[in-house]
Amino acid sequence: MTKLKSLDDLRRLREELQKEVEARQGGETQIIVGMGTCGIAAGAREVMTAILEELARRNIKATVLQTGCIGMCEKEPLVDVVRPGEKRITYGHVTPRDVPRIIGEHVVNGRIVEDLVVGRAN
Amino acid sequence: MNLFRAHVLVCGGTGCTSGGSSEIRARLEKELLAKGLDKEVKVVTTGCHGLCEMGPLVIVYPEGTMYTHVTPDDVPDIVNEHLYKGRIVERLLYKEPLTEEKVPHYGDLPFYQKQKRVVLQNCGYINPERIEEYIARGGYSALAKVLGEMTPEEVIAEVKKSGLRGRGGAGFPTGLKWEFCRKAAGEPKYVVCNGDEGDPGAFMDRSIMEGDPHRVLEGMIIGAYAIGASEGYIYVRAEYPLAVKRLRIAMKQAEELGLLGDNILGSSFSFRIHIKEGAGAFVCGEETALMASIMGQRGMPRPRPPFPANQGLWDKPTNINNVETWANIPDIILKGGDWFASMGTEKSKGTKVFALTGKVRNTGLVEVPMGITLREIIFDIGGGIPGGKKFKAVQIGGPSGGCLPESQLDLPVDYESLTGAGAIMGSGGLVVMDEDTCIVDVARFFLNFTRSESCGKCTPCREGIKRMLEILDRIVGGEGKMEDLDLLERTALVVKQSALCGLGQTAPNPILSTLRYFRDEYVAHIQDKRCPAGVCAALLVYRIKPELCRGCTACTKVCPVGAISGTRKEVHFIDPDKCIKCGACMERCPFGAIVRG
Repeated sequence: MTKLKSLDDLRRLREELQKEVEARQGGETQIIVGMGTCGIAAGAREVMTAILEELARRNIKATVLQTGCIGMCEKEPLVDVVRPGEKRITYGHVTPRDVPRIIGEHVVNGRIVEDLVVGRAN
Repeated sequence: MNLFRAHVLVCGGTGCTSGGSSEIRARLEKELLAKGLDKEVKVVTTGCHGLCEMGPLVIVYPEGTMYTHVTPDDVPDIVNEHLYKGRIVERLLYKEPLTEEKVPHYGDLPFYQKQKRVVLQNCGYINPERIEEYIARGGYSALAKVLGEMTPEEVIAEVKKSGLRGRGGAGFPTGLKWEFCRKAAGEPKYVVCNGDEGDPGAFMDRSIMEGDPHRVLEGMIIGAYAIGASEGYIYVRAEYPLAVKRLRIAMKQAEELGLLGDNILGSSFSFRIHIKEGAGAFVCGEETALMASIMGQRGMPRPRPPFPANQGLWDKPTNINNVETWANIPDIILKGGDWFASMGTEKSKGTKVFALTGKVRNTGLVEVPMGITLREIIFDIGGGIPGGKKFKAVQIGGPSGGCLPESQLDLPVDYESLTGAGAIMGSGGLVVMDEDTCIVDVARFFLNFTRSESCGKCTPCREGIKRMLEILDRIVGGEGKMEDLDLLERTALVVKQSALCGLGQTAPNPILSTLRYFRDEYVAHIQDKRCPAGVCAALLVYRIKPELCRGCTACTKVCPVGAISGTRKEVHFIDPDKCIKCGACMERCPFGAIVRG
């Protein structure tokens, strides 16, 4: 690492380093992937990987969690997006190809991707 | 850059490391790789979480799920269930001792709820060997603020306003101490960090140095700027190898980033720190002895004045503060003296870290606001006494402190109230004792410690402690006389008033406080030749209750000295002259027929 020559250098470094501890502080928006046997069998792992790659590429702060089977096995892989103060939106039959849309539209801009929605809850 | 969706924090404090946490880490990395999760789950070694009793600890973020008593064989479950499928591994969760309820979230534990973590805010949360994590959490911002916006006088004024007092035990106002040193004539000036934590059962300073070493460095750099010092020493005992290692790593990283060394952050201020490893003498925690040791002399105290602020290391102005005191500085600068002064009591501000040990459920490290009661610390945070035993006393302040009984438990913890009760804040060791502890034996234990650690320079300490110990030996040996109690008290007061340094002046505290609160127990030893707790071997008698003895002969087989006689199916008898009071017969007897008293 290069020497810090001024107070601004330290400030910039601190901003860059935020990612170091981000996962421990928790982002505002949560993305939850169904990782029950049904989810994994339907390809949830690939969806999870795609989500992480997309978040990293766009430099977005969000908490990625997994959950077990919620009973809608038929519609797996299921991905939930919860923005602070908004309804929990569940997307079904998600493929890695859908991930950039869900993140770009919903996580970033708050516009729900209607054609993929299978459920809404408070 | 990878985005890590989860961080797995493995405790790397001394307690959890000896419990095998480095193997847990290795296994985690192996299993994550096998599952293909190594690019999305990060493993972080941290400092002490405080709940050492439950270690080794593993905490999974973002959920904040805490797993206790983890072994390497539990790792596959954590990886396959939690990290892969998102299912919490229930069997490894902390269980509430009273309700048996499982607590998944780390923050919901009663152990943490009553705590106020300022000094320990990063301990167990960041990797202490990476300056990046400290900076990401706001580290070194206080230093930047000081160098960019504040004059040394303003820094001292802020510390004075905070009301911070020395955390090493004596409680001298820190800002005032800094001011004396700043105003003293002489160049260069030195700052010293006292990490010579020597009380039996105390490990606060070690955990801070191991868990958040940069916080200590930042405090020292700010102090050096305020005082006008160019050199600093950290005096840490060589028995703390992990603390020494992490401090060295931290210093190297800070130097590489230009936060330590010449022209810090591009300013005209330069400051260097050296580590001095101590050989582990208790007296070296006393500031003048500590300075002698740094200068390569024998660790012995000298009379004060002159105080270190005027004549310290190499006769130059020197400011010595304890590890925890230094660690409080960055937050006082960032959040202001008023914020700090809003916590605590009228004369004792802020928080205090305590090492909770002995007969208490949750042994470990706790940080609480000043003014909290001992009862809250021991029962609410510490979880009370294990095994259904009754609380008897708490020794606060180590060998220099006092033993307080149940009646003093509602005392608010601050410097004045503890001194008034006959104990001292000390560095923060809390040793809890239950009904099976003999108070006279405890006083004797601490006296034996101070006797071995006395440097021998002044007569009251060297001779007085030895004589008092002889009296205590007599009492626990069943040869005490009632006059001994007066002699003990008188000698204790003489030593307290005439010894040269803090070690000798406080060494009689365990005697004085136990005589004050537990005189009955001394009397029982002397007059009734009885040890109420059943500890002092010379005063114990083992006998067999004839109505319960079935003559099974089990006791005769375990008695190592053949003191038990009797034939099969007849009542047995213990010969008190032969009995060595080992208690083996009592443990062996299936009918509870053997009693001690």
